[in-house]
Amino acid sequence: MEPLIWTGTLSGLNVAFFAVAAALAVSVVARMVFAVFGPAAARPGVNSDGTLTGPVGVTGVLSKAVRYSFSALATLVLIYVLGGVILGTRAGIVGGLARNMLPVWIVLIVLFAVSITFKRKLGLYGKLFDSTIGMIGFALVMFWVVTGIMGGAFDMLITHDPLSQFPGMKNKLPGTPLSGAGEQDYQWFLLGGDNLARDVFSRLIKGAWIVVKIAPMATLFAFMVGITLGLPAGYYGGRLDTFLSFLANLILAFPVILLFYLLVTPEIVATGIPNFMAAVLFAFPIIFCAVLLNARYFTQPALRTPLLIVVLGGLVWTYLALISNNGSIVANDSYRIPGLPAALDWIDMGSGLLTVFVAVVFVNAPTVFRIVRGLALDIKTRDYVAAAQTRGEGPWYIMLWEILPNARGPLIVDFCLRIGYTTILLGTLGFFGLGLESESPDWGTTINSGRQLLSIYPHAAMAPAFALMTLVLGLNLLADGLREESLRD
Amino acid sequence: MGLFILRRLGVMIVTALCLTFIVFFLTNLYPNLEKLAKSQGNVRMSDEAVSSFLDKRGYLDPMPVKFGRWLGVVPGWVTQSPDGTVTGRCFAKDAPPEQRPTFCGVLQGNWGQSTVFKDDVGSIVLDRLGKTGTLMGFVLLVMVPASLIVGVLAGMREGSALDRSLSTFSIATTATPEYVSGVIFIAVFSSSAFGLKWFKGSARSAMEDITFENFTLPVLTIALYGMGYIARMTRASMTEVMTTQYIRTARLKGVSFGNIVLKHALRNALIAPFTVIMLQIPWLLNGVVIVETLFNYRGFGWVLVQAAGGNDIELLLAVSVVSVIVVLLTQLISDIGYVLLNPRIRIS
Repeated sequence: MEPLIWTGTLSGLNVAFFAVAAALAVSVVARMVFAVFGPAAARPGVNSDGTLTGPVGVTGVLSKAVRYSFSALATLVLIYVLGGVILGTRAGIVGGLARNMLPVWIVLIVLFAVSITFKRKLGLYGKLFDSTIGMIGFALVMFWVVTGIMGGAFDMLITHDPLSQFPGMKNKLPGTPLSGAGEQDYQWFLLGGDNLARDVFSRLIKGAWIVVKIAPMATLFAFMVGITLGLPAGYYGGRLDTFLSFLANLILAFPVILLFYLLVTPEIVATGIPNFMAAVLFAFPIIFCAVLLNARYFTQPALRTPLLIVVLGGLVWTYLALISNNGSIVANDSYRIPGLPAALDWIDMGSGLLTVFVAVVFVNAPTVFRIVRGLALDIKTRDYVAAAQTRGEGPWYIMLWEILPNARGPLIVDFCLRIGYTTILLGTLGFFGLGLESESPDWGTTINSGRQLLSIYPHAAMAPAFALMTLVLGLNLLADGLREESLRD
Repeated sequence: MGLFILRRLGVMIVTALCLTFIVFFLTNLYPNLEKLAKSQGNVRMSDEAVSSFLDKRGYLDPMPVKFGRWLGVVPGWVTQSPDGTVTGRCFAKDAPPEQRPTFCGVLQGNWGQSTVFKDDVGSIVLDRLGKTGTLMGFVLLVMVPASLIVGVLAGMREGSALDRSLSTFSIATTATPEYVSGVIFIAVFSSSAFGLKWFKGSARSAMEDITFENFTLPVLTIALYGMGYIARMTRASMTEVMTTQYIRTARLKGVSFGNIVLKHALRNALIAPFTVIMLQIPWLLNGVVIVETLFNYRGFGWVLVQAAGGNDIELLLAVSVVSVIVVLLTQLISDIGYVLLNPRIRIS
């Protein structure tokens, strides 16, 4: 069987594609150069009937050029994807990828259609669809989220087993037909084979699942820790603030990579220190929820008590399931602390994954703490806080139900950015070969194993590098769109 | 001001002490020591051999005593083996008894011996810091002007097409960590697959002789990731300045836009980025570790990775002391600089 080329029968479009891309690049650069060195701000043109048209003159022409070439480029990309979905691998590697990703496209289209239809009723989320940047970011993020969930949790999308090695496929270029493929096997390695003859494409998709699984959860935990400690530090001030700020600065003064090396190496894992840290750090969401609900409902014990029992019961079970592994919290040669029995342990998180999770939460929490503390310092001087104090509300009620909701704007934006940063940190861990097993398909580990042969076979490292870049870019654009839209009110 | 600096120096020393103790504690846990003994002595050592190896070298004493020895406030270990030879932390095996000091720690200027490099820690760190300093210098030289220009251009007309293009560019750079951009740069500019081969994918030769060919990619990789953040801060500060009353006055007076930006706005707009640049330096250290590993440039970051991989206790301690000093010193400079640059703020 012939190896696939990139665009197959659609190759006729390539000339147009590159021409349009070049036109876009030239017009963007020209517009920037003209904006700096050209005459002052472009004015709208005035028609004879008094209506206005867009900017005229060179600026107008250039912005039109940018707009048209951008739409042309977007249309061409759409044609490639649609053609790929219809033609499959006859449209080359791009076609094969597009066909394979069909379930993802369908979910994305449905999601966008529903969101745009009801965007006025969806609050801040709906407003996101008013900003182009925000929509692009959201599309990138959701692409990887949907890919991760479908490919990782449901084993869809992938063409081959991501861990098994296929003889004769070592370091093969993208589009190489699978040697010795059976009838029902997928016939190609769409993105080539890596240095252990595994399919790069399937590993990419499995790697997306690891990121989608860990990064948002780790960021959420870091936020819980940061909020639970940052609010009292900012609200009370004094000794507590000095002490907690010192601790936060201490952790921040550590070079992140040294911290990772100190926490994630197998020798330290054997001592059980990461498990103890997990036990401490993961307790914060429970404390947070307990205080949150109690502060609000302690005046109505009839409602509060059952509510707390149900919520805390669920959380404590999750907590124990998270930190126990094979029926024990810490198990090494010298001692063992029993945990939840395996039958009740519904979260199957290996100790390597747990360590990585803890390390990432630990690194992120101090920064969140500082942000929350700063916001609390600012907001506690507002009138509505003084009003609540005069009403005789308790300090925790004021912190969690008066200050926190009013700090949500910057916190939501930072949450998006921080998921991106967490993704980068996960990649860093993988890049240094820390934490996860060396055959794990996550992007950092794949980049690390691909970089040895970078100057001869770059494709194995390039695929996860681009994936990581687009995901983080999407998160940053999403954060930017959210910031813009939340500032608009 | 003097009191402020003194207090900050005090905090710095306390932080450095706490931090080194944490590193000391984690590196001195028994599994780590066992690994150290096996890598120093023999991989197939029995458990008894490991513990006698460690005991002879004072590794099994209580943690505070060991930490005190490293600091130089507790006498160093001295062991007499059954055949009468005396070994100690503070002296070589053949040193005459009168030349054997009791204390030897950081306070005495002795940073200890590296177990990975078999050399004096102080000289390794100094030597490697010089290499990394060169790299950082070039990075700052590229990053600071580029990011300031991008930020000022984006911020001078908020919401314009120029602003949107440059802001998207800075967001894209912050979304590309060093190990991603480095990999892409190497693949595109130095691999045979793309066939460009403009630069070298390894900076090993740059340690002796820096050329455009071998140093461009590492410098560009670090600079690009740091750039976006500084550019965005500069942009924010610039847009804020451009909406102030005095800029409006200048505009109403008929000052040309170029003059407004260069003569009126620029100086005030650069106060905030100064602090950001200083605070960015510790972050660069992180990038340095990745880039030095990726490009095989054997500087400070590379040493950190080697020391951490081999559990080289004393080298790791020295590395963490250096990085704490870098972090806290840049914070101090940024605070002082902010006060000096901004006459509206006084530290009482």
